Amino acid sequence: MRSLKTLFAALLLAPTLAFAAGAALHLDKAPDVSGDKAALQNGAKLFVNYCLNCHGASALRYNKLLDLGLTEQQIKDNLMFTTDKIGEQMKVAIRPEDAKKWFGAAPPDLSLIARARASADGSGADWLYTYLRSFYRDDKRPTGWNNVVFANVGMPHILYELQGEQVLGPDHKLTLAVPGQLSPAEYDTQIRDLVGFLVWMGEPTSGLRKQLGVAVLLFLGVLFVLAYLLKKEYWKDIH
Amino acid sequence: MANTNFEKYKSDGSLPGNLLEWVDARFPATAMWKGHLSEYYAPKNFNFWYFFGSLALLVLVIQIVTGIFLVMHYKPDASLNAAGIPVAFASVEYIMRDVPWGWLVRYMHSTGASAFFIVVYLHMFRGLLYGSYRQPRELIWVFGVLIFLCLMAEAFFGYLLPWGQMSFWGAQVIVNLFGAIPLIGEPLSIWVRGDFVIGDATLNRFFSFHVIAIPLVLIGLIAAHILALHEVGSNNPDGVEIKKKKDENGIPLDGIPFHPYYTVKDIVGVVVFLMVFSLVVFFAPEGGGYFLEYNNFFPADPLKTPPHIAPVWYFTPYYSVLRAMVWNFFGLDAKFWGVVGMGASVVVFAFLPWLDRSPVKSIRYRGPIFKSFLTAFVICFFILGYLGTQAPSYWGEKVSQVCTVIYFAFFLLMPWYSKIDKYKPEPERVTWN
Amino acid sequence: MSKEGKMDCGRRRLIVATAAVGGAGALAVLVPFVSTMLPSERAKAAGAPVEVDISKLEPGQMVTVEWRGKPVWIINRTQAMLDTLPQLDGEVADPQSDRKQQPEYCKNEHRSIKPEILVTVGICTHLGCSPTSKFKPGVDEGMTPDWKGGFLCPCHGSTFDLAGRVFKAKPAPTNLEIPPHMYLSDTRILIGEDKKGA
Repeated sequence: MRSLKTLFAALLLAPTLAFAAGAALHLDKAPDVSGDKAALQNGAKLFVNYCLNCHGASALRYNKLLDLGLTEQQIKDNLMFTTDKIGEQMKVAIRPEDAKKWFGAAPPDLSLIARARASADGSGADWLYTYLRSFYRDDKRPTGWNNVVFANVGMPHILYELQGEQVLGPDHKLTLAVPGQLSPAEYDTQIRDLVGFLVWMGEPTSGLRKQLGVAVLLFLGVLFVLAYLLKKEYWKDIH
Repeated sequence: MANTNFEKYKSDGSLPGNLLEWVDARFPATAMWKGHLSEYYAPKNFNFWYFFGSLALLVLVIQIVTGIFLVMHYKPDASLNAAGIPVAFASVEYIMRDVPWGWLVRYMHSTGASAFFIVVYLHMFRGLLYGSYRQPRELIWVFGVLIFLCLMAEAFFGYLLPWGQMSFWGAQVIVNLFGAIPLIGEPLSIWVRGDFVIGDATLNRFFSFHVIAIPLVLIGLIAAHILALHEVGSNNPDGVEIKKKKDENGIPLDGIPFHPYYTVKDIVGVVVFLMVFSLVVFFAPEGGGYFLEYNNFFPADPLKTPPHIAPVWYFTPYYSVLRAMVWNFFGLDAKFWGVVGMGASVVVFAFLPWLDRSPVKSIRYRGPIFKSFLTAFVICFFILGYLGTQAPSYWGEKVSQVCTVIYFAFFLLMPWYSKIDKYKPEPERVTWN
Repeated sequence: MSKEGKMDCGRRRLIVATAAVGGAGALAVLVPFVSTMLPSERAKAAGAPVEVDISKLEPGQMVTVEWRGKPVWIINRTQAMLDTLPQLDGEVADPQSDRKQQPEYCKNEHRSIKPEILVTVGICTHLGCSPTSKFKPGVDEGMTPDWKGGFLCPCHGSTFDLAGRVFKAKPAPTNLEIPPHMYLSDTRILIGEDKKGA
């Protein structure tokens, strides 16, 4: 057993062996709004108004938005522009082939973007939260926009009216050159809500999943006590 | 026994005896129950490490049951749907969102895959600790290595099915390994894919292997593994044969019936395992990006390689061995030797029964040389595993080469060091309190 | 097992308790697995109520729409067609629509909400073929001379009148099914739902 202890000690040290890793991307921590239905509803509105024109969310059905506390009528009146069927998926209006022709690459479906963008640098929410606030003017790009987090990104800054125009200084810091309709703090709140919605959309059942998990673990705790007592009872026989 | 039973009861089963006796006259139900459970005598000194055999069986059941329900909804189809998403990828999200409770079944299956390897690695490590592979249990061990190979194949084929970026590029890299075999390599890898890239044909055949071929072989091998075990009897942490000391009825003095004693004990193990399993399924199904890799949430794109491809964690030690081979030998290039090294690093386990020359089985009575080699081996296994998840780097390569050498030295030098090592005498009976 | 061959009480109580709790857990696990085989959100969306505009449906004409994968006929019956119905009361198997093959609000002579508009599932109640329309009376469509218009199932020869009532001594046991439906406006029918707003 002593050798096992040395073994585990050595294992604890193993990760401290530092190997050359690429310069990590600095991401801002996205505020968690998973329990804030108003924020998520606002995020849904922003998503439909700004993102859904080019990006689909083909895994999400409109009626799933009922989980955000919206009514069927609210969804139909405010959020559904591409279909009149509440059970329909959030499909994008343009066909993928056309989009590919116009943009060079089809804008990706965003159903899972918040899960896909997670990495060692941070959660998918952190990436999106930083990305959507890191567009800057770059005349060398065909769209006129570039991004600190996603170099040479194909998407222009869709939300520039809200944020205004940022420029990248020689110190690699972003500064707001032209103010937008919103103050920087207001803009961050809007992005917070939008990212919160994207996270929710990545796995709408995650709330139920965690609630159920608590119940399952409590149940297993009870079963453990019984199983342990049963084992002890039987093993009394063994001498 | 069956014959005498048969004479006692009428062939139509109408007279005496109950249903069980009727069955026993025709099928060895009671005999099997006794032989494998209620009168299978297992050493009474099993410790923590002995939970993982039954847990592996539990995970197998979880994987098969969840798999059956997933196949009802999954579609192995690489073509794009109306939204421009591959049908296979979309069908996984369909399971996650549209199928009632589909998310739970899918998370159980994806978590089960990693759990299978964790449990099996611990099960194998138990074998190393207590010399469970030694005579007379060589065949159990060889069946076990074959099971492990099947499990790797099963995991590899299954990993393509979600048709995400990591699925696609992982399969691309592994199938291209066949290309390293001289002369036949290139045609062979085309044959495996059924296409010039990983495509719809590949997805469909991998699906077939994953849900039919490999599971059938796996179940057969597991049956053989357990039959062989019950033929010779279980080893124990002391590595002494309990069958050498029997009472007047021929029952090993240190043996206790598997049922009820180990069934009730294993139930405790099962509940603890299910708690850990549930923690992952319900609170961290992505396993920090190790159980479900983040990049696999992007649909497969044959035109865009993700910046960093790493196999799933349970393959990374062998993947590191592959990458550690950077030299050309005997006119064959490094790629070939990488494949050979990777294959050898798995297959070499099968030879353990004949490499170990120690007079004792258990780590408890072994000398310092074996303990050091085993410790070094396990550390190297973890370091190789860690390096396999990382992007290639200069120091990473050097360290992986050192670790690869130690990894193989553990096996290849064993005939020498296990013989010269000091050892303590084994006790007559198992240690009990 | 204890040596005397019988089990002491504490042990038995523990076995029962563990088995009961474990069994309850196993049953609970069964629920999600069995539920996966229920209609998915996609199936539900595809089976959602269908809205039909009948403003262009001329008298004597029929349109077929799909609802839950089944053909639903909407027939705008002429007065002449409606007049045939009472005459056939003696020849059809269930003239008063006593069997539950229609919602309460369609249990009437014409088996419909508005007398002229028949909404019915175009699936023969025998073995599930879709009958063909034989609206013209007499021998024109290959029927008998006393044929007053209706439907003929090509599979086993069941015949139905213009209210979907099955004729006597035919293989089909019951009248054609009337699906739940409601009028959203004078000319818009919602098939598959009848509760809201009606």
